[in-house]
Amino acid sequence: MPDAVDIKSRIEAAIPGAQAEVEDWTGGGDHFRATVVAPSFAGLSRIEQHRLVYRVFGEEIGGPIHALSLTTHSE
Amino acid sequence: MNDQQDNPIREAITTAIHGNEVILFMKGTPEAPACGFSARTAGALRSLDVPFAAVDILPDPRIRQELSAYSQWPTIPQLFVGGELVGGCDIVLEMLETGELAELLGVDGAAEPLPAPAVSNGGTLQIENQH
Repeated sequence: MPDAVDIKSRIEAAIPGAQAEVEDWTGGGDHFRATVVAPSFAGLSRIEQHRLVYRVFGEEIGGPIHALSLTTHSE
Repeated sequence: MNDQQDNPIREAITTAIHGNEVILFMKGTPEAPACGFSARTAGALRSLDVPFAAVDILPDPRIRQELSAYSQWPTIPQLFVGGELVGGCDIVLEMLETGELAELLGVDGAAEPLPAPAVSNGGTLQIENQH
């Protein structure tokens, strides 16, 4: 089961220059909330920014990761 | 698309998305949401007093599968306006706060509602119209 530290490091490893803050929303290890700041988000719509983060986890979203609530910024 | 004919659920989804100006795919219904994220997203639309169509994705797991394959968006809820994916709960709530949602829906605060969405005649999806 992924934990918040896991999710943070996977986001930061996958998205160039990204800095993520991740918290386990409910303490249950399946609802997470993340704020991700990455210069590579510049020029992308919110939808595209969120898709990039969701893509890091693929099928895990909706599976072991029931919910990953996102706030994204380019700076 | 080649497999469109063999894929009545995908077809019903795209028809619903293009036939309803504002349509929310959610878990449960606006009256009885089955998930907090769906509840908050439906609540955001209601707070702007806009009519919207709602589809409960829970009755058949293939609805969610086909919807996510079509929209390239992994989670529920999903809001579409004018045939385009706007986002899920996070984006909708952020846009509600910034006023972008009202702007997108053509309302300023408590102004005039959009025209009523088309009523679906398909049997594949249960579409509710919210007023």
